[in-house]
Amino acid sequence: MTTKLFGEPVRRREDARLITGRGRYLDDIGAGALAAAFVRSPHAHARITDVDVEGALDVEGLVAIYTYEDLTGPMAEPLPVLIPHPQLHAPRTGHPLADGVVNHVGEPVVMVVATDRYVAEDAAERIVVSYEELPVVVGIDTARAAESCVHPDVPDNVAARHHQETGDVEPALAASPHTLTFTQTIERSACTPLEGKGVHARWDPDDGSLRVYSSTQASTSVRAAIAAKLELSLDRVEVIAPDVGGGFGVKIVHPWPEELLVPMAAMRLGREVKWAEDRREHFVSSAHERGQRQQVTVGFDDDGRLTALDVHVWHDNGAYTPYGIIVPIITATQLVGPYVIPVYRVVVESLYTNTVIVTPYRGAGRPQGCFAMERTMDRIADSLGLDRAEVRRRNLITPDQFPYDHHLTFQDGRPVVYDSGDYPGLLEKLTALVGWESVEERRAEATGRGKLLGAGMALYVEGTGPGPYEGGHVQVLGSGKVLVSTGLTSQGQGHETVFAQIVASELGVPMEDVEVHTGDTRRFGYAVGTFASRAAVMSGNAVALAARGVREKALRIAAEVLEADPSDLEIDEGLVQVKGTPGASIPLRTVAVLSNPLRYAFDEAAKQATQFATHDDTKPPVAPGDAPGLEHRDYYSPLRSTFASGAHAAVVEIDPQTWEIDVVQYAVVHDCGNVVNPMIVEGQVHGGVAQGVGGALYERMAYDADGQLQNASFMDFLVPYASEVPDVVIDHQQTPSPLNPLGIKGAGEAGVIPGSAALASAIEDAVGRRVAAMPISPSELYDLVRDDTAERTAASARRTGATA
Amino acid sequence: MTSIDTERTVSLTVNGVPREARVPVRRVLADALRDDLGLTGTHVGCAHGVCGSCTVLVDGEPVRSCLVLAVQVDGAAVTTVEGLARDDHRGGQVLHPVQEAFRECHALQCGYCTPGFLVTIAAGLEARDAAQEITEEEVDELVGGNLCRCTGYANIKKAVRHAAATMREDAR
Repeated sequence: MTTKLFGEPVRRREDARLITGRGRYLDDIGAGALAAAFVRSPHAHARITDVDVEGALDVEGLVAIYTYEDLTGPMAEPLPVLIPHPQLHAPRTGHPLADGVVNHVGEPVVMVVATDRYVAEDAAERIVVSYEELPVVVGIDTARAAESCVHPDVPDNVAARHHQETGDVEPALAASPHTLTFTQTIERSACTPLEGKGVHARWDPDDGSLRVYSSTQASTSVRAAIAAKLELSLDRVEVIAPDVGGGFGVKIVHPWPEELLVPMAAMRLGREVKWAEDRREHFVSSAHERGQRQQVTVGFDDDGRLTALDVHVWHDNGAYTPYGIIVPIITATQLVGPYVIPVYRVVVESLYTNTVIVTPYRGAGRPQGCFAMERTMDRIADSLGLDRAEVRRRNLITPDQFPYDHHLTFQDGRPVVYDSGDYPGLLEKLTALVGWESVEERRAEATGRGKLLGAGMALYVEGTGPGPYEGGHVQVLGSGKVLVSTGLTSQGQGHETVFAQIVASELGVPMEDVEVHTGDTRRFGYAVGTFASRAAVMSGNAVALAARGVREKALRIAAEVLEADPSDLEIDEGLVQVKGTPGASIPLRTVAVLSNPLRYAFDEAAKQATQFATHDDTKPPVAPGDAPGLEHRDYYSPLRSTFASGAHAAVVEIDPQTWEIDVVQYAVVHDCGNVVNPMIVEGQVHGGVAQGVGGALYERMAYDADGQLQNASFMDFLVPYASEVPDVVIDHQQTPSPLNPLGIKGAGEAGVIPGSAALASAIEDAVGRRVAAMPISPSELYDLVRDDTAERTAASARRTGATA
Repeated sequence: MTSIDTERTVSLTVNGVPREARVPVRRVLADALRDDLGLTGTHVGCAHGVCGSCTVLVDGEPVRSCLVLAVQVDGAAVTTVEGLARDDHRGGQVLHPVQEAFRECHALQCGYCTPGFLVTIAAGLEARDAAQEITEEEVDELVGGNLCRCTGYANIKKAVRHAAATMREDAR
């Protein structure tokens, strides 16, 4: 019997090369390539008055210098607006190299190509760009005030006004027994994968073809963008994502200027050209996320049940909107979480500022939405004197309400209809896991030690696996090897392992025989990309369907050989056999050989398929509608997203001398439907929680009023080390998705979503002061508790009353 | 006009093999290993000494190879991630216990920071008395200086305990 693989913690196949230094990341490719470096704007907003390259020309090893003037055809036009939307009324994008104006520090102005990166940097620093500075817009307040504007034809700095409502919110609020209104803010953070972006391009002048390696999350679309911008036929361009050193969203944006400029230079120079982003470049010229201000008005009854919710969000989208309003839409639609909200209205104004663009970072607007909703629950509980878990429980969608329609439109243009879930189950598991009932005892014990203890929780629902589609191709070779390919890319999620688990399980072959390839347009040309927790859902189901197609064909061919009915056959350990009849079998590899009628025998196995070895002369060797080869290609295209869910709780201890915030307990209950590999899912949760804790307590983009990023290094932008990440305890719940054949939901982003909400709740519970801005540092917490005007929670007043 | 072509010949023993490279004096060790000696297992994550991805062992001690010039380590023995496994004298390799542990404990995801962790932890484990059970303080110390953006560190710490247990078993 084939070892069960689906659902098992199978060790990763990627690791053998990655732990021995044999990985192949972007900068490991093209040892002899020329190197590109960029002159980037030092100003947040300025007009370029002159570019003087004279001083660079005698740098030994300089090969070429390109400015906007050197761009022709589509390259001279603005970069694409990747995801247009009717409510994005003023989309703006930059150019591959700045066209006369720069709109943020770090925007590329000149590209230098030289024999190596050191020389390219030498030349770049000798290029003098003169600027006339323009007024700078930094921060949501300045953008809203609109005393000056980022783009002259967008005087109010508003790129988009995204609006959804499920009913008439104002009368519903007016009729509510209670209402609360409050504002809160969340600051910018960023993906910061350990490997930055990078591009390598090789032009073959004889073949007229271009091969590009890019550290991307979307190789098929990078390919299409390069073909369009460089005016090449799609079939002349191949794009491969090699081993990618982390993505977390930033590498889904494309085409980055460098993804076009490096291939352009390779074509013009007839030489290999490479650019590997350095850390400062990544901070000032890639993408950030999260920055929002939220104003929430909520109506509720005496029991704490929501009656109406009205949310206004101001979203800082940076200088350009290449990724449309995906992040605002996700905040707007995922904010509702696991709750019944009778009437909901949300308006998101997406604002231009002279800062790095804002595009999805793991969670992609969900952490902000969760922050709004969960802090609303906390405030309702506080105002009514109810337990925070109880208020949540009363508002949850119950298991008998699925499918649950929120009457909203999601980021994929499809309705927000939750497919399945058990939210009361999550909450019950969470309160048990964290020991919610014993928090007051623990608080008293901590007080005795001179510490302030608090607990908080946050629940979320995450739309995962959006379409439009992914595809899979499975082919059995005559050697018995099973080749699997899918077009989406991998950045550490273990796709080579999980897709092999799925195919081996579906096909009935040993996992060692299965080889998986991702993100390579030579192998699979149709794909969307790896984002929005979609890879396992989309490509997992696509390769499963492809494997089922191969299985069906294998059984058909084997049935003829074994003179049996296909329904009486099974495949086990790579052997097609008649169920219950030992010995009546044929190896799958032989079926693969027989599937391809041959004239020429190139090896021993092939002889079996040659024309004098087969005897049925009543039919053509390849029947009409059939095809040679044991292979199948299939696609999975869902009606709509599938909705995963989870609940986190955090317990913090705060030292009232230093105001250091110590996360002493962090509990996660996670539901992503059927799990292909629990080891990998837990790894995703661990990594997400670390980013959530980082975003809540450490990470922020510190822009000054001039638009200079003050902390553009790992010395100053505080990615958590091991010492900052709490131990995480995880409990699982599995509510399969009814939408896809494997019943799975996405797991990639979940861990990060509730971090800021749960930790704000815990800190607020510990200090009794309203925490309305995240992240929060010890010094900010110190300022908060010393501020006499800072709002105190009713719970703290009640506690003080109780202890007085 | 520039002095960039001031070059030196650097002699190193890399992963037990004597190597020589003619390098500009300003070339950092990470680039010399990757570009001149073709050992691309060492990765540069920040180029300012904070993330630890580029860590290699110089005469047995962990060193951030982005902050050291190749000419500064002339004559030294350098160990990179490619040198952690032992030759099994049958054409294969025996992985270092910490490499085995990283796979067993799912201590890597994208794998970019992994070489820096592996050499740092390997050096740390080899420098301690393998017969002693490892303490949590030791584990924290061994993983505390490197950044990982994928794993949240839990499984890296688990891998350290796992590797230490294997080495303890082997020491008996």
